[in-house]
Amino acid sequence: MTADLMAGVLLLAIAAYTCAGGTDYGAGFWDLTAGGTERGKRPRWLIDHAMAPVWEVNNVWLIFVFVIMWTGFPPLFQAVFSAMWLPLALAAVGLVLRGAGFAFRKVVRRVAGRRLYGAVFAVASLVTPFFLGAAVGGVASGRVRLGTEASADAWSNPTSIVFGLLAVAATAFLGAVFLAADARRFDAPDLIGYFRRRGLLSLTVLVVLGVITLFVTGEDAPHVRHGLTHGAGLAFGIAAGAASFAAAWLLIRRPGGWARASAAAAIACAVIAWGLAQRPYLLPTSMTVAEGAGASTTLTWLAFVTLVALVVVVPAVVLLYWLDTRGDLEELTEADLRRGGDPRGGGEAGTT
Amino acid sequence: MHTSVPLLASAPDQLLPARELMAFTLASHIILVPLGVALPLITLVMHYRGLRHKDATALLLARRWSAVMAVQFAVGVVTGTVLSFEFGLLWPGLMGRWGDVFGIGFGVEAWAFFLEAVLIAIYLYGWRRLKPRTHFLLGLPLPAAALLGAFGILAANSWMNTPQGFSLDPAGNPTDVNIWKAIFTPMFGPQYWHFVVAMLLTAGYMVAGVYAVGRLRGRRDRYHRLGFTVPFTVAAVATPVQFVLGDAIARSVFHKQPVKFAAMEIVWKTDTRVPEYLFGRLHSDGSISGGIKVPLLDSVLAGFSPNTKVVGLTSVPADRRPTAVQATIAHWAFDIMVLIGSALVLLALWYGLVWLRHRRLPESTWFYRSAACAGLGSVVAVECGWIATEVGRQPWIVYQNMRVSEAVTATRSSTLWIMLSLVIVVYLFLFGSLLAVLLKLRTRWRLADAERGSGPSADPPESAGPYGPRATVRAGDGGAAPPSQGGRP
Repeated sequence: MTADLMAGVLLLAIAAYTCAGGTDYGAGFWDLTAGGTERGKRPRWLIDHAMAPVWEVNNVWLIFVFVIMWTGFPPLFQAVFSAMWLPLALAAVGLVLRGAGFAFRKVVRRVAGRRLYGAVFAVASLVTPFFLGAAVGGVASGRVRLGTEASADAWSNPTSIVFGLLAVAATAFLGAVFLAADARRFDAPDLIGYFRRRGLLSLTVLVVLGVITLFVTGEDAPHVRHGLTHGAGLAFGIAAGAASFAAAWLLIRRPGGWARASAAAAIACAVIAWGLAQRPYLLPTSMTVAEGAGASTTLTWLAFVTLVALVVVVPAVVLLYWLDTRGDLEELTEADLRRGGDPRGGGEAGTT
Repeated sequence: MHTSVPLLASAPDQLLPARELMAFTLASHIILVPLGVALPLITLVMHYRGLRHKDATALLLARRWSAVMAVQFAVGVVTGTVLSFEFGLLWPGLMGRWGDVFGIGFGVEAWAFFLEAVLIAIYLYGWRRLKPRTHFLLGLPLPAAALLGAFGILAANSWMNTPQGFSLDPAGNPTDVNIWKAIFTPMFGPQYWHFVVAMLLTAGYMVAGVYAVGRLRGRRDRYHRLGFTVPFTVAAVATPVQFVLGDAIARSVFHKQPVKFAAMEIVWKTDTRVPEYLFGRLHSDGSISGGIKVPLLDSVLAGFSPNTKVVGLTSVPADRRPTAVQATIAHWAFDIMVLIGSALVLLALWYGLVWLRHRRLPESTWFYRSAACAGLGSVVAVECGWIATEVGRQPWIVYQNMRVSEAVTATRSSTLWIMLSLVIVVYLFLFGSLLAVLLKLRTRWRLADAERGSGPSADPPESAGPYGPRATVRAGDGGAAPPSQGGRP
């Protein structure tokens, strides 16, 4: 009972990370594709400013996911990290480089340095979600069992690859929708259209990949495919589709808070659909939730800790996002936005 | 519960690289921890001073420190996330079997950390637009969140040292988990307070050291004096406290982990009237070469009497205790830590005496030279303390319950060596960048101070950090307008 509850919490934490972290990775994706120094200047400017106050918070969700895994479902944690050694190790390296690239890019003023950090940030933003998605794909296709040793097959199989690509497409979609809304917030009308086009494009890719996924999983991950086409999994799948079309419609009309919410809802519903499709397994088809669960007292305490976390963290996060959208955490005033460069070194305005 | 992956009767090949990888990433992460745990408190003290006395210099310092805090927190998030990956990548056996017994501490840590990330973001960005009072109040929970995070991590580590709160089924797997007992283990209290105070004084000496160097170079303005005094006072008050706490934790180790104590003091045979060795090297036949031998002292320190019986390494079979090399490493680390701690106590006394007698800062150049070294010294002490804890526990990952070799991943050692070299390169890049950023911040602040009062006003201090406002890209279509003052100070 508690185990099922915590499995649900784990799924929600993964969904939260996919949305929050995904938006963040998506910004990196668009940074990567923004083009050369001159052409990519404005999109990159927006990406920097939109991400800055919230990017760390977005990425702390992953630690939550791990903690719930190893405390609530230790055998699951052991199995996944043993079998998925390489993709997870590469994702970890990607996370380091990404954080470093983002944090340091802004401080560097020379073009070469900014290019280096920017490239590191952008490439890592692409690689990390791919490997995380591939690991999830390996789990969904039943290739991970307790005692499975690390092997290429566990993550370089059809399901893993589509899941990896889906993860990248989802981050791109989220990133574009959020950035379009940010462009409106920062009053940069040309960038609204820029990110609107990219949002619609990535949504199209996402839909195509979604259809491919249904075919691939039919052969490669029959349990998950069955779950996705029946019952609750299907319901959330449909909800994900509906929400993504709502997001597209809102994106065309007036990118803002509602477009963001529906894009996030679409991705969250898709993740939840996957989770429900795995029922009753943590690892299809070898480890059920009950088999993977840790000690029952621990699960009760973990539920309690999660509850406290909700009570304490949610208001804090809401406060952060509220202050952020209200402009109280606005880093630049109108005057700053208009000014061309540093008072001491006018040349710095054009160094990016 | 499952049974753990059947492997590894003797030390497997991958043990060494896995250990080295974990040691390297942890040792790097630890450098950032003092600033993460204690710098918010020191900054808030300065901030309070600034608000209370309407002191612009204090506010400026607090503002600049908040930028440093944020830079190091950003890197700390990254290296901390790597550690949570490594629990699974390197020690799946540990997490698989014991995760539900001791993992809850990490749960507490995770949400404390989350809270810290939120609060730091608000604190850093709030300088400009929030009301000064609101801004300060929103920063106030930061130290509490940091203490809570430390609580979670130390609960987990102290459990590994003195595991309890479970019983074993016939297959050797834990059952009947009692979370409360698993969190509050015998070593928890001593480790926690020793750690918290260590972080406080390390952060204090690190920050004060920067301004001590400034003074040595002839910068004696109020800005430097204040920047030195506040963190140094915090550290100087914490130092004698730490001395007492350090003594208490050593005695707890003596009682709760006697074999570890034997390793830290290189005691070979259980005996009374045991001498204390300062440094020296233990050989596998039990002989000790080098070092300074002080008769009876070890027994006296452990139990206040020369007749105190101290358990020796040979009290347990060779495969249940640290090797001679490991014992020597733990011993050296322990001695270096104690030595640095004692030197810091002297430094704190010097400061305290001058202040009590003359109500001013010491004048001596040697004082500031020592103070400049104190920051580095306390980081070394933190590293040494951690080495003594971790190496002294060998060969156990869970003391007397699971060997490190049983917990290690099955991944090939060659893969792990490659990963280790990759991580070293990446971390050199990471920490090199961090250092470069901090130096760059310093240069810009110095420039800003030089321009203060003369030409156009400087950027707000956080403008150079990875967070604050930047003017590197022309945002709007307008031309260059004069920069704003940067809000209220």
